[in-house]
Amino acid sequence: MSATTAISEAGPVPATTPSATPPSIGTLALRWYRLNQSRLRAIAIGIISLLAFLLVWHLLTTYRVVFFVRFTNVPSPVAVYASFTKAMHDPKFLLHVVLSCRRIFIGFSLAAIVGVPLGLIMGRFRLVHEIVFPVAEVLRPIPAIAWVPMAIMLWPTNEQSIVFITFIGAFFPILLNTLHGMSLVDPVLVRAAQCLGARERSIFREVYFPASLPHIFTGLTVGMGVAWVSLIAAEMISGQYGIGYFTWEAYSLVQYADIALGMIAIGVLGLGSSLLIRGAGQLVMPWRLK
Amino acid sequence: MNEIQTRPPQGHIEVRNFSLSYDSIEGPVQAVTDTQIHVKPGEFVSIVGPSGCGKSTLLNAVAGFLKPTTGIVTVDGERVNGPSAERGMVFQQYSLFPWKTVRENVEFGLKMRGMARSQRERAARTLLGLAGLEAFEKHYPEKLSGGMKQRVGIVRALATGPKVLLLDEPFGALDAQTRVIMQQILTNMWQRLKISVLFVTHDIDEAIFLSDRVYCMTARPGSIKAEIPIPLERPRQQSMMMSSEFLALRRGLMSLIREESLKAMGGEINDMGMQGLNIELHGHSLADVI
Repeated sequence: MSATTAISEAGPVPATTPSATPPSIGTLALRWYRLNQSRLRAIAIGIISLLAFLLVWHLLTTYRVVFFVRFTNVPSPVAVYASFTKAMHDPKFLLHVVLSCRRIFIGFSLAAIVGVPLGLIMGRFRLVHEIVFPVAEVLRPIPAIAWVPMAIMLWPTNEQSIVFITFIGAFFPILLNTLHGMSLVDPVLVRAAQCLGARERSIFREVYFPASLPHIFTGLTVGMGVAWVSLIAAEMISGQYGIGYFTWEAYSLVQYADIALGMIAIGVLGLGSSLLIRGAGQLVMPWRLK
Repeated sequence: MNEIQTRPPQGHIEVRNFSLSYDSIEGPVQAVTDTQIHVKPGEFVSIVGPSGCGKSTLLNAVAGFLKPTTGIVTVDGERVNGPSAERGMVFQQYSLFPWKTVRENVEFGLKMRGMARSQRERAARTLLGLAGLEAFEKHYPEKLSGGMKQRVGIVRALATGPKVLLLDEPFGALDAQTRVIMQQILTNMWQRLKISVLFVTHDIDEAIFLSDRVYCMTARPGSIKAEIPIPLERPRQQSMMMSSEFLALRRGLMSLIREESLKAMGGEINDMGMQGLNIELHGHSLADVI
């Protein structure tokens, strides 16, 4: 009998307890440090690099350096911080931020709601793929900003056309990545499901969908980035509110510090929404956690 | 488990006048031709042959993934018309669902059958216990070693109580030691469950050690070159692999396969190799060698 060999190979070998007495705080701290060394290092270097960026910015603007590029009118970090504290008490600035976020939320959600199922269906049914794919390929290279005039004609309100442009920006990366994920599903897994008695619908739900999820989330991350790019462009051209409009308006009104504030706000909001998607991805795909 | 153990013997596989070809630009390519094999209820039968001889093709036809060009595949008199949970399959690449835990993988077939969650959880735990894997039920497959993955693969295929178990080079990716342990585990399970097994491998030792009967296939287009009963007593022990009986079987099977492998290589190597072989085998038949 190989029962003993089987179990030892399975290896639920209890970890040898190091010692009866619990280790001191000092050794624990040291161990924790060793285990997280590389992460701590990355955080430390990241902070240093951001501070260095601020310092260089500060020096370039304080001394109004002109060397090919002109820093004469560029606001200093201090000036931007001043306009940031002012903006924090200005309900109008917060309205800009909230409206931009709302547009992103609606446009991006619609893109995900349409793009993911369409990609899944296109990946599964060849006819749908053959019908939709050529159209998608022609429309895909058109940058969202080129959609602005068309969007204004298509939609009755400005708000709707901006949301539509955000949608367009997010839609194609989501669709194409979902489709790509579907094309990479391991056929052996499909066969494994089939000879365990799975029918078409179950295979779709239990194999194709989860197998495509990593690529779907790649699509969502890329889509979110493009959605922000498209939103800012649309707001600069046709908006009345929104963080893109705020940045452009600051330029027209010669509020130089507000230009930088708008840019940083866009950067932070973009980063925040990417992190949200990454977090959602980790929640939905626990098997991908290292 | 009791239900599985006490049912009447079934799982009679019959493949008659089987051939399978597929289309290519040069015309139809014959993968398998004029093949008859059978597996009696509760019998362990292996198919060996040079790589590319169509042994996996044959197995996939029994599983229902491929339709025979001519001939018929039946299990207990019923024609095979596509994959079903009646024929469990184990793949070389393990093909566990990476997004399901070990237990969820084992539960899959029962879930497809519509069994209630609590009931199938209990069934899966029992089966995992038999395979010495209960400690790993909540792990994702990625965290497991190759041997453990394949044990989960076997347990998953057996969970629905199939009539026959089909294995496609299941231990091909494992190291030598794990391979031997897995062979022991498989024979133990097979003896306990009294299930019919059709096992594809290119490892001659493995085929002899496990089987009641071995089919040896010719090079492409594949057909049955020889059918060799393995009269070694059961239960089989590792030590038998050194017995003269085992070694004689091994030698016979080896020369059959070498002949076919050389044929499969073709060209000048083929001619030279065949001359060498002819001298070696001159005047001998397989029976003489054994």
